[in-house]
Amino acid sequence: MDMKNMRENMGWLYYQYLLITGIYVLEPWEQSIFNTLLFTMVAMVIYTSYVFVPIHVRLALEFCMISPITYGHFFAINVLVITG
Amino acid sequence: GEPDRVDINTQGNIHNNRQTRIQETGTYIGQITRGRQVIRGEDSFEEAPMYVAVLTYMGYGIVILFGYFRDFLRAVGLEKCHQAQEREEQKDFVPLYQDFENFYKRNLYMRVRDNWNRPICSLPGPVFDVMERVSDDYNWTFRLTGKTVENVINMGSYNYLGFAENNVDFLKTVAEETRQYGVGVCSTRQELGNFSIHEKLERLVAEFLGVESAMAFGMGFATNSMNIPALVGKSCLILSDELNHTSLILGARLSGATIRVFKHNNMQSLEKLLKEAICSGQPRTHRAWKKILIMVEGIYSMEGSLVRLPEILALKKKYKAYLFLDEAHSIGAVGPTGRGVTEHFGVDPNEVDVLMGTFTKSFGATGGYIAGKKELVDYLRSHSHSAVYATAMSPPVVEQIIRAIKCIMGVDGTTEGQRRVRQLSENMCYFRSRLKEMGFIVYGNQDSPVVPLLLYLPGKVGAFSRAMLKRKIGVVVVGFPATPITEARARFCVSAAHTREMLDKVLQSLDELGDHIRVKFSRHRPSHRQELYNETDFELDS
Repeated sequence: MDMKNMRENMGWLYYQYLLITGIYVLEPWEQSIFNTLLFTMVAMVIYTSYVFVPIHVRLALEFCMISPITYGHFFAINVLVITG
Repeated sequence: GEPDRVDINTQGNIHNNRQTRIQETGTYIGQITRGRQVIRGEDSFEEAPMYVAVLTYMGYGIVILFGYFRDFLRAVGLEKCHQAQEREEQKDFVPLYQDFENFYKRNLYMRVRDNWNRPICSLPGPVFDVMERVSDDYNWTFRLTGKTVENVINMGSYNYLGFAENNVDFLKTVAEETRQYGVGVCSTRQELGNFSIHEKLERLVAEFLGVESAMAFGMGFATNSMNIPALVGKSCLILSDELNHTSLILGARLSGATIRVFKHNNMQSLEKLLKEAICSGQPRTHRAWKKILIMVEGIYSMEGSLVRLPEILALKKKYKAYLFLDEAHSIGAVGPTGRGVTEHFGVDPNEVDVLMGTFTKSFGATGGYIAGKKELVDYLRSHSHSAVYATAMSPPVVEQIIRAIKCIMGVDGTTEGQRRVRQLSENMCYFRSRLKEMGFIVYGNQDSPVVPLLLYLPGKVGAFSRAMLKRKIGVVVVGFPATPITEARARFCVSAAHTREMLDKVLQSLDELGDHIRVKFSRHRPSHRQELYNETDFELDS
């Protein structure tokens, strides 16, 4: 019964997606084109974020000098130079 | 400014009068009526949340992009063009089908076209039969399957008092008049088409409205578009409401007068225009305007809003303008005895200079009338295009109007007319308040029988109409050219012939469909009615 409920739910969500984007009025092959394009773009966004977001986050944190992971000794020498 | 005291000679209820004060801005505090205080309910024009507008534009944007894509395919030749196209020899000339209107029709309207022009094969009463039709090529052509969808509840016909009926008892007089006069008139009113039944109708209409004289015409649209040119001309000014009907706009344009538009039901905007018109006069010569005519409607059919009649009458008197009131939807449907907005506000109908109305909505016939002072109507009889050139009304139709008016007035000896007017009022209050409770955005005044329910998104418009037909309810949905592009709506016309069960069935379907499609956008959802307690005995606390 859970599978059936979930399938009904997914069907209703797909129907809502069709109505909100306005795709509901288009012919089936046009709907497929739009779905393909949208799916491709979403897949590219996910892939890009998976590959590049950790790198960017690490660089941003280092720029703010919050977590010097590999360049810790440079950071320590700078602090000594300024205070000393 | 100085408060003006207006003394009204009423029979007894002088203590009910309130002073009217005309302030600088022209707004009113109270309303003087003939001893009865009328509180005009507020029109509601609730705005939808911002994300709805964003999604609407996005939806239109996506479908327009696909429209360009399909047009490209048609131009390249990969797809057959079903619509009219220019011939090869004409391709070098100015393009005929490239403007936005044709683009919209080809690519947006055609996709959902099956929701309009549905063929009906019974009388448009509270229930009717729709012929089933399917399309094999996505709405370019239709094919009737031969089956009929029966007993579809009719929420779209302008059948406010239920006079669209084929009950033999009620139609006896109509049959007799047909036997006497035939059906065709074969002449214009001016030549040999002035039957005694036409004069009878006009006397009855004048008596019904409470004015001196009236004249009836064969077509409601033509009543406006052909008579306004006879009333105003070149150096006159027309102040017309933003949302006036096409017939009024066409009549105003045909007359050649200068047209200025004021914001919908906005008295400050109207007063500003009046002041400016009187101070500056005509555009280049600065001479005074020959006539200033204010054109408004009793009920605006796309919004369901009511006119602000007392304020307009006060402005009219102050600035000495004339008033043209188009009561197409409000005659018969508004007012305690169905006499229209003048009765609803308790205003003397002789104060309105030109009263216009149609017989199509509440009387179940065709045609329109113009009523007012005797001099005005006599002038129109000889100077209006419609009176001079158009064929007179057909006798059975005239008799149908006569019997409907007699029924409403109670002259035929029954209380059927009054029952219908009361039933309509009850039905429309019930329907509107239940829709508001459910959380839909509904425009308009609570005293209007037209109930527009806002849908906004283009995808939901088509889905709504199809789903309602599947549940055997016929609705009218309206989209872009007739309404602003972001405000597509479904328009319900409540009728006195609808029973409580029919309305409940419609409301229940709307409730389910509203949840399924998600069109309940209202943020003012009132609290649900309290559950009735099921207890059968109450302990009395002593």
